Amino acid sequence: MSRADGAPLRWLGIVPLLLAAAALGGWELAAREGMVSKLFFPAPSVIARTIVGMLDGGRLARDVAGTVGRLLAGFACGGAAGLALGMWMGWSPAVRRILDPFVAAAHPVPKISTLPLIMLIFGIGVFSKTLVVAVAAFFPMLINTMAGVRQIHPVYFEVAENYGASAGQVFARVVWPGSLPLILAGTRLALNRALSLTIAVELLMGKNGLGSMLWYAWETLRVEELYATIVVIALLGIGFRVGLQQLARRWTPWQVERTG
Amino acid sequence: MPLRCRNLHFTFPHGRAGAVSALEDVTLTLADEEFVCIVGPSGCGKTTLLKLMAGLLQPTVGSIDFEGGPRNGRPRNALAFQEHALFPWMSVLDNVAFGLRMQGVRKQPSHERARAFIEQVGLARFARSYPHELSMGMRQRASIARAFVADPEMLLMDEPFGSLDALTKLILQEELLRIWSQHRKLVVYVTHDIGEAVLLGDRVLVMSGRPGRIREEFRIPLARPRNLLDREQPEIVGIRGQIWKILEEEVRSGLRDAR
Repeated sequence: MSRADGAPLRWLGIVPLLLAAAALGGWELAAREGMVSKLFFPAPSVIARTIVGMLDGGRLARDVAGTVGRLLAGFACGGAAGLALGMWMGWSPAVRRILDPFVAAAHPVPKISTLPLIMLIFGIGVFSKTLVVAVAAFFPMLINTMAGVRQIHPVYFEVAENYGASAGQVFARVVWPGSLPLILAGTRLALNRALSLTIAVELLMGKNGLGSMLWYAWETLRVEELYATIVVIALLGIGFRVGLQQLARRWTPWQVERTG
Repeated sequence: MPLRCRNLHFTFPHGRAGAVSALEDVTLTLADEEFVCIVGPSGCGKTTLLKLMAGLLQPTVGSIDFEGGPRNGRPRNALAFQEHALFPWMSVLDNVAFGLRMQGVRKQPSHERARAFIEQVGLARFARSYPHELSMGMRQRASIARAFVADPEMLLMDEPFGSLDALTKLILQEELLRIWSQHRKLVVYVTHDIGEAVLLGDRVLVMSGRPGRIREEFRIPLARPRNLLDREQPEIVGIRGQIWKILEEEVRSGLRDAR
């Protein structure tokens, strides 16, 4: 929205690519020439080869599937609960007044800190792992959905009421589309949190998954595998982000694209 | 089928300065197919009166009856707002068809009828556009189409052209009159533009400052169809002068009271 077509700024898009290429090239050179420790900073080409090597035999695929599976299970449970409660709290001032203090109190607690307690109560199993991830995804979803419903201008409810919309129609035609942009933003936050928590849980108690790979690489001092795993995790995060951007473009075409 | 408002009072219970009386003792009879304009200083309760007629608010005291209507009570009405009128998440077509869809008309026939009205307001090329892609004037055209397509018995308009530039406003006023002449119904049109009120209305009701009452009523003796130059006729200029004197007095006393 900043400029009419953004044309003068478009070529700037390649600058970050050039910067990244320069940084990787510099790193590669420095590692090869022995200017930095190859142990701590293996060359990017070595890291890339490590990733290709991990692909061999489907080991990486299994770990990625394990991580993504846990992440999505937690995100689905926590996100759905956050969405439902966020809608309710956004819709009803009474419910909001009653529950807001609890949300405000629980939200700032680092969710990973509850893991030992949750394990103590629910045991060291899939349930506990999923629960922690779900709780982490729950709050950003809840808060964004609630904000999404509340920022809908009252006049849209009046128009709907004036044309005789039923409560269900108001939900489908006003509340849902009106809050959808913020719900999608909440989804992005929730997925990021779920990814962080999944990795953390796997680091602590994983038998497989990217987090346990990290831990294994650390224990055996395979530095290039540490880097390789971080790259894979980063790619996962980027993948979620790009996927959500595509969804947003398709589901909320009325949102003015903000470039710059 | 006249609409009768009897002794309407409306009080906002939770104003910043305690309970605020917005309307006091408003009694009106509005005839079928009549174009009534309401002018008044800002904050005089014009919008409140429209929302009472629309049934979005309930009067504190008094009653609104639509005699001989299909239901006992409120007529089927459509309210057109000044801004934010269209749903930003719907295309022009879906916005215009909204009223019909809410009446239970299926998608296909509702879209066909909506398209006819979209064409009448000159937006045929923009049926698939979203409101943010349209100019303010085009958005107001679309919301006029939305109000007419549902074929309400009463059309309530709350300063629909208030935020438009003067030229666009003139064009839309003429378009509104043209569409209204083809689809006659009772229109209650709120504005603070005296020239607009005498150009559009069969009758102009002048309201006092808060709490709002009807202070004066003027019949506009202009034949239809009207055009822009009609409001320069000596008789009409006289009426405009009288309305302005009342409003000036109201606005000045409002400023004094606020001190």
